[in-house]
Amino acid sequence: MSKHEHTRCKDLLGSLSDYVDGALSESLCQEIEAHVAECSNCRIVVDTLRKTVTLYHTTAGETAEVPAQVRERLFRTLNLEDYLKH
Amino acid sequence: MNVLEQQLSIEALQRGDRAEFARMVDVFSGPLYRLALKMLGSPQDAEDVLQNTFIKALQNLKTFEGRSSLSTWLYRIAVNEALMLLRKQKPEVSLTDTLPEDSEDTDYSPVEFTDWCCLPEEEFLTTESRQALDASMRRLPETLRVVFLLRDIEGLSIQETSEALGLTETAVKTRLLRARLRLRELLSVYYGERLPERKG
Repeated sequence: MSKHEHTRCKDLLGSLSDYVDGALSESLCQEIEAHVAECSNCRIVVDTLRKTVTLYHTTAGETAEVPAQVRERLFRTLNLEDYLKH
Repeated sequence: MNVLEQQLSIEALQRGDRAEFARMVDVFSGPLYRLALKMLGSPQDAEDVLQNTFIKALQNLKTFEGRSSLSTWLYRIAVNEALMLLRKQKPEVSLTDTLPEDSEDTDYSPVEFTDWCCLPEEEFLTTESRQALDASMRRLPETLRVVFLLRDIEGLSIQETSEALGLTETAVKTRLLRARLRLRELLSVYYGERLPERKG
């Protein structure tokens, strides 16, 4: 597939992170929204980039558990055995 | 900073209160273990990083000045420990040098234009899909992966990420964008193959 290299699209690329994070000014957001309404490839990039970030955000919260044995060894290493029970 | 972190007493920690230190370990060991595991890909290496992080924290708590939050300070120690381990395994790894990833010449222009957002939500929840997310992240260069992990997995702000990594906010933003764009490309290939019209 060929690269997507229109000048306006390249300008947009630099603002994409801030855009999906909601950190862009309203006027810049309006510029991007006006552009993606006309440019289907940019619309796909914006939508799939946002989805990419959302997928990682969603799965992040499910994987922050320390296995019980790892916690136990950690507490012993730190001489915190007395505090092993929650 | 989360609610549990706010309940920790820096004064008690710096006084050497063991119970408070144990509470701190329980508040932060989950996120720090996850960070190390995703950076290194090995449970044993992640455990080593977790232990070394808290050993260093214990040794240095008295010098903690509170210029950043406790969590940012701990993330910084953990990232340094993980990078030291990576450098032992792969001596070419560096975080702060000028990198190809920062160069204007490195092209991150999108090449995949498959719209896979319309896939059914259950497609994104399968074990295989989660493995694809992890595998894609492991394909990022360490310099991009660590920024993505702190910002998008651990939820640090741009400023906190820059403090934890000793990078400028501009460098963090550049690397975050590149990490996200590269992941988007990789996921576009993976999920693109799961679109109904491309099956069979």
